[in-house]
Amino acid sequence: MSATRTAPPISRAADRGRPRSFEQANRRLKWTMLAPALAFVGLMIVFPLAFTLNLSLTDAFGAVNAGKGYVGPQNFADALTDSRRFWPAVERTALFTVGAVLIETVLGLALAMLMRKPFRGIRWVRTVLVIPLLTTPVAVGILWLLILDPTNGIANHLLSSVGIPPQEFLGSVTQSLPILMLIDVWQWTPMMTLLLLAGLSTLPEEPEEAAHVDGAGLWQRFRYVVLPMLVPTLATAVVLRSIDALKTFDILYATKGPGGGSSFEVETLNVYAYGLTFDYQEYGLASAVLVLFTLAIIGVVALLRRRPGRGSA
Amino acid sequence: MSITSKNPTRRTFGKIAAGMAVTIGGAALGGCSTGGGKPSPDTPLRIMAINHVWSQAIRKHLPEFEERIGRRVSMSLLTSDQLANSYNVKLNASATDIDVMMVRALQEQLLFAHNGWLADLTGLVEGDAAYNWADFLQAPRERSVTARKVLSVPVVTERPVLYYRKDLVKAPATLDELMETALRLADRQRNFFGYVGRGQRSGAVTMWSSFLYSFGGAFTLQGRSGIGRPEAITAYEYYGRLLERAGPPGATNMSLEQAMPIFAQGKAAFYVDADAIYTNFLDPKISTVQDTVGFAPFPAGPAGARPFNIPSWSLGISAFSRLRDEAWQFLRWATSPEMVRRLQAGGIPGARQSAWSDPATLASFPADLARSMQAQARTGVGLDRPDVLQVGRARDIIGRPLVAGILGQPVGPVAREADAEFADFLIRDNRHREA
Repeated sequence: MSATRTAPPISRAADRGRPRSFEQANRRLKWTMLAPALAFVGLMIVFPLAFTLNLSLTDAFGAVNAGKGYVGPQNFADALTDSRRFWPAVERTALFTVGAVLIETVLGLALAMLMRKPFRGIRWVRTVLVIPLLTTPVAVGILWLLILDPTNGIANHLLSSVGIPPQEFLGSVTQSLPILMLIDVWQWTPMMTLLLLAGLSTLPEEPEEAAHVDGAGLWQRFRYVVLPMLVPTLATAVVLRSIDALKTFDILYATKGPGGGSSFEVETLNVYAYGLTFDYQEYGLASAVLVLFTLAIIGVVALLRRRPGRGSA
Repeated sequence: MSITSKNPTRRTFGKIAAGMAVTIGGAALGGCSTGGGKPSPDTPLRIMAINHVWSQAIRKHLPEFEERIGRRVSMSLLTSDQLANSYNVKLNASATDIDVMMVRALQEQLLFAHNGWLADLTGLVEGDAAYNWADFLQAPRERSVTARKVLSVPVVTERPVLYYRKDLVKAPATLDELMETALRLADRQRNFFGYVGRGQRSGAVTMWSSFLYSFGGAFTLQGRSGIGRPEAITAYEYYGRLLERAGPPGATNMSLEQAMPIFAQGKAAFYVDADAIYTNFLDPKISTVQDTVGFAPFPAGPAGARPFNIPSWSLGISAFSRLRDEAWQFLRWATSPEMVRRLQAGGIPGARQSAWSDPATLASFPADLARSMQAQARTGVGLDRPDVLQVGRARDIIGRPLVAGILGQPVGPVAREADAEFADFLIRDNRHREA
């Protein structure tokens, strides 16, 4: 620094010039470089959100640009007072999400603990575990629809060979939602396993070894040492999986069709909003439902994020 | 010198970046410009079609049409859900890349007319003597008209057929006989069902409509809901009992795709569905009943046999098309007396009376099926679903008591609740119509 200060005038002038020039160039350039990304965000995220919000305040029907009038919060009032379709859909969405994610978390953690230490054949197990993750949800839905077909499916064929009477499975009004939760568990538990396995691999070994030396048993080490240390990863995994589960659409639609089945038995908010748009062309109400759904998801995320914070404190 | 060279580099880079942005923007604008102006001679005539026997048949003849108009034809075959969704997305955006639209006159036409999505064909069909618009069957032809304008041309017609196992039973003439025989033959322990049919809330409404009419009911009477009336409730109970007691498990999840294979595999004695699908039962690759399937007219109920006779699919021209002349040439060619007779001779039930009156074309169908189709083409009801703007929601309401019946639940209370809901719906639908 002192050397710089005592430099000849020419050098000093050059130094002063260079930072100013760079800053100016950088300031101009960064907006130029950001422009495509900003345009993309504006076009693909901001505009659709604004458009949906605008539609949710209209009575648009038939076509989105039909001569529509603004009706203020009427669509939201209609949705929130609909005890026939909207609230049952909310209940099913919550039931599906909580049930599936809970089972996925427990199974995922169990599998992660089992796979934590290397064993012979672990590579094969990992490969098999990843397969459901790679399959398309619609293909999964159709596959299970065929397996579980009440009349011709292989599942009933196998069950009959052990003396169990034929089940309706996805053809049933009461069995469908639980079965779809199990299909979701089958497909997405591997994701939980991988996330939790990654989390487990970052944990220090010393606390667990110390506990072991002190005489703690397997369960005690898991309950009091491993699990508390894993909580941040666990929370993140649950948040990610919950968001995806809330938005589940493909397997529901692929197996049960419009309206989530003949008695709307698997109609979640996503399926309901889709039906309002594509089957009923009620764009105003559909947009209102989607706005409410988005707010609900944001609320769930906020709720789930607050807990680990308290835990940390 | 090194200091001097750095500054130009930074400025040059900025200019390059700006230039790239301008270039990208220019390319985007250039892309937009193809949307304007007249279509080039290379622009194909674009047909959006259902993946259906009619579409597959007409596609084989497209080369001769291309030769006639000197323009390529591009035909997309989609499932009905995909087709409906494509229309929803593209036409909401006023897309110009759809010219000919295959539509269901009873499902979408009122709504599309309300949206202004279909071109008016009145002058074209009525002003062309060689085309002979009056030759089209009356019921389907009437459904092509909305607000006194012809907006579509029927290409395929449908009536319900009672498919039955002629090796096990003879065709029942009445609905009572159908029920009695189905219940007698059902043996669920051995995976054999007396009856198989559509059972989905919305999807089953169309096939159920023939039962409704034959019991003397109707969806609406003078614009008011008819589904809470005694005749409708009887029809609901009948259909529910038929599937609940003689049908396969999981009937409420059954559409055509699930029901048809069960009959084709010889696991059911009776199946009621559209006559257009009969070839599936004669195909040895997928059917075990080629030699044992019989085709009978829809049985008579207390009000007689009142099956529907509808245009299941029609052709319209998009209001946004920039190739309207060529699109009309396609409709004219595809639904000309000659082509309809040709396709019907190939087993596709068309909409022209001249084809139905021609013994040569009828010879392509099994004899009992031809007799059934011919009779029902004359006497059938021109609707198989409510005549409303928002058909999807209407079917969901009307289908609820059906599902209750199939599940073995009391139909009356559900039907009365659906009746009230349908009444409210009709008021709203009328308001939309007037808007």
